Amino acid sequence: MSLLSGDGPRGRPLQILIGAVVLALMLAPFLFPGAKALNTSAKICVMILLVASYDVLIGYAGIVSFAHVMFFGVGAYGVGLALYGLGASWTAVAIGLVAAAALSLALALAIGLFSLRVQSIFFAMVTLAVAYAFNVLASQLSDITGGEDGRSFKVPAALQPGFKWLDHPIFGVPASGKLIAYYLVFFVAAVAFLVLLRVVNSPFGRVLQAIRENPFRAEALGYRIVFHRTLATCISALGATVAGALSALWLRYVGPDTALSFSIQVDVLVMVVVGGMGSLWGAIVGAAVFVVAEGYLQDLMGALANAAAEAHLPLLPGLFDPHRWLLWLGLAFVLAVYFAPAGIVGALKPAEGKGKRT
Amino acid sequence: MSPSLETRGLTVRFGGHVAVDHVTCAFRPGELTAIVGPNGAGKTTYFNLISGQLRASDGAVAIFGRDVTRLGAPERTRLGLGRAFQLTNLFPQLAVAENVRLAVQAHAGVHYDMRRPWRGRRDLIDKAEAVLGSVGLGDRRGTQAAALSHGDQRKLEVAMMMALEPKIAMFDEPTAGMSVDEVPVVLDLIARLKSDPTRTILLVEHKMDVVRSLADRIVVLVNGRLAADGEPQAVIASAVVQEAYLGIAPGKAA
Repeated sequence: MSLLSGDGPRGRPLQILIGAVVLALMLAPFLFPGAKALNTSAKICVMILLVASYDVLIGYAGIVSFAHVMFFGVGAYGVGLALYGLGASWTAVAIGLVAAAALSLALALAIGLFSLRVQSIFFAMVTLAVAYAFNVLASQLSDITGGEDGRSFKVPAALQPGFKWLDHPIFGVPASGKLIAYYLVFFVAAVAFLVLLRVVNSPFGRVLQAIRENPFRAEALGYRIVFHRTLATCISALGATVAGALSALWLRYVGPDTALSFSIQVDVLVMVVVGGMGSLWGAIVGAAVFVVAEGYLQDLMGALANAAAEAHLPLLPGLFDPHRWLLWLGLAFVLAVYFAPAGIVGALKPAEGKGKRT
Repeated sequence: MSPSLETRGLTVRFGGHVAVDHVTCAFRPGELTAIVGPNGAGKTTYFNLISGQLRASDGAVAIFGRDVTRLGAPERTRLGLGRAFQLTNLFPQLAVAENVRLAVQAHAGVHYDMRRPWRGRRDLIDKAEAVLGSVGLGDRRGTQAAALSHGDQRKLEVAMMMALEPKIAMFDEPTAGMSVDEVPVVLDLIARLKSDPTRTILLVEHKMDVVRSLADRIVVLVNGRLAADGEPQAVIASAVVQEAYLGIAPGKAA
């Protein structure tokens, strides 16, 4: 399977799980009508790309960066501000994306070359500082960025909900711009994911794993590891930039909360760990589980709390109060890390593969 | 023949301690030099200075006449240096075959290719298989390097160095900690490398019988200084060696 670069999900349970998630996302507009479900699906697509690009860095190259969401923000702001300033056209999208990619590359190159020579803990601190500075910059330059309020903008006509490209609905779903926008997000994310999969399974990607395992030996074999690490940072940054651009196009809004906040960085970290670090397939599982939990755990808990109250059970209605959803999510995360340190993908991996991890 | 590897006044200081002290020495193709000396004499440090893991405080290193003192380890490896480390230094979570394949890939100059899957480079995989077979690890190819026995890890260490096809091969106690029946496998490999007259071999070794059987020349380091250098018989017989090193235990070391 050259499309999957010879690295399809291993083991029947994982194949079924990945297949189900991908199929659900592919058919989401038809399977789950309704604005909330479609928003959740689009967010999963965006997050898969964001998490996968982060995994290239942290899971494959072993580089811990806290600036990954900054590149996501660059993509979102690039496309968002271009559409806001230049009007709703595909040219504006292209200009915004190219400018964002250039800025991301420049930032990644600078961070990489200046700080990847040093120890990883120091590198992590540098990325934290850079990301923080960027955050402050985005909210302070409010004439350009809209500050804390962000910017709402119009997307090209073909992506607007009011756009009708067929008079009759397709399988009961109106042929609107929303449908086009969803499939734009889905296919761009899918192609970018396959590109990342190719990168990590290429000779270059194998060297990244070698550097993660033993940088000292990788150097002794003749690999210039600073270049490899910098290149990995750039590729990962570009992936995040594209994810950010997709997010902006889907939301038709860009602001610190949706594009730059540290809570997104924390979410991405959780998704990588829950899905399984060091396997891009983990990004699909992690993003799907997390985003669905984020969107529907509160509903589920509300139902549970009501049921418990009606049954006159003590304590439980309070524990299941929808406002406590973060408590449960946190608890689930702790348990997941404790019982499945290699994530869902690691837990589902066939036993015979354990000695053969290459 | 002109030297393939040379150190001139090579020195490194750690604070006030001089670990390698003005060592001037030249090594020639077709020659196997054993470097001996008591523990802490600076043998491994000398190796680190030559292969670029450590930077010299003073003096110079030249490979094939080119001054490499300011170059890093990857650049020196690309000039034809290969090193098997004393403390086993592998990619622990990766498969045995992958460890060797990465060395083959490095030697083939495939560093940044990201267009095709690694499985598409059959040539690299086959070459890694051949090297694995030559150290007798062919049947362990799928095992994680970390799961190998100590002796097998030492063999893998040597295999990774061999995969680089080095013009200058440096072995740092290749048989340390190996069981008696495993030692000949590694010694055979070194002897086979030695049969190529264009190859320069440096060997740090404690076992005197190994040194006697393989070495064309012995260099003795004591307290970071070059204490003796010459034909094996003459060096072993010299007073400085008898006193500083061999006098204590020729029988025991063998």
